[in-house]
Amino acid sequence: MNFTLFDLKIIEYSFFITAILVIMIGLYGALVKKSLIKVVIGLSVFDSGINLLLISVGYITSGTAPIFSPALVKDMPLTLENIKKLSAGMVDPVPQALVLTAIVIGFGVTAVALSLVIRLYRHHQTLNIDEIKNLKW
Amino acid sequence: MIYYLILIFFLLLLMIGAAIYSIVQKDLLYAVIGTGLISLVLSVLFLLLQAPDVALTEAAIGVALTTIIFIITIRNTVRFEDEVYQKKPSKTEAK
Repeated sequence: MNFTLFDLKIIEYSFFITAILVIMIGLYGALVKKSLIKVVIGLSVFDSGINLLLISVGYITSGTAPIFSPALVKDMPLTLENIKKLSAGMVDPVPQALVLTAIVIGFGVTAVALSLVIRLYRHHQTLNIDEIKNLKW
Repeated sequence: MIYYLILIFFLLLLMIGAAIYSIVQKDLLYAVIGTGLISLVLSVLFLLLQAPDVALTEAAIGVALTTIIFIITIRNTVRFEDEVYQKKPSKTEAK
């Protein structure tokens, strides 16, 4: 695939703009909505936007996945110069490792928040955050 | 090449649309399906951004497990967003 420089810039910036828009939509849902389940849905959308932003920051144009597969190495001996030459065309693996951890942590946070929502509903019989005022459990 | 651009723009617009839908929708079950659609599109985008391991994890956790725990919560509480404004008589007040 041969891209012109203009196309590459459009792809890169459209990823950033989409990620920031999704973050803004999730923040709106978490701050404005009255239902507690809608607040947790907003936090989940916020999480997805942050993951997309981090992965697209580490992307370089026409790079390969950061894996030393046999088809990529071919018959080269793995000396230091060859490893440097091969890994120059790979995308950055550090944001991918961070996002891989952040996905699992986001799932744990969502599970804890939803269990708190169920406990609040059983105690107050409502999910409206305007009616849950008393701090006594 | 132009098909690649069209595919990326379609996926990004679908992601923004699903995010808006899942925040605006009053029926919480449909909103949860919207968040599942966001995670599905996100895993395809990760695959296009050369991150296949992150795409596998997102497809397993984001699409399946998160949707399941949201549905369990909706089954134990209320389904519609408007129901939170009607305060039901609690057990202690009924007795």
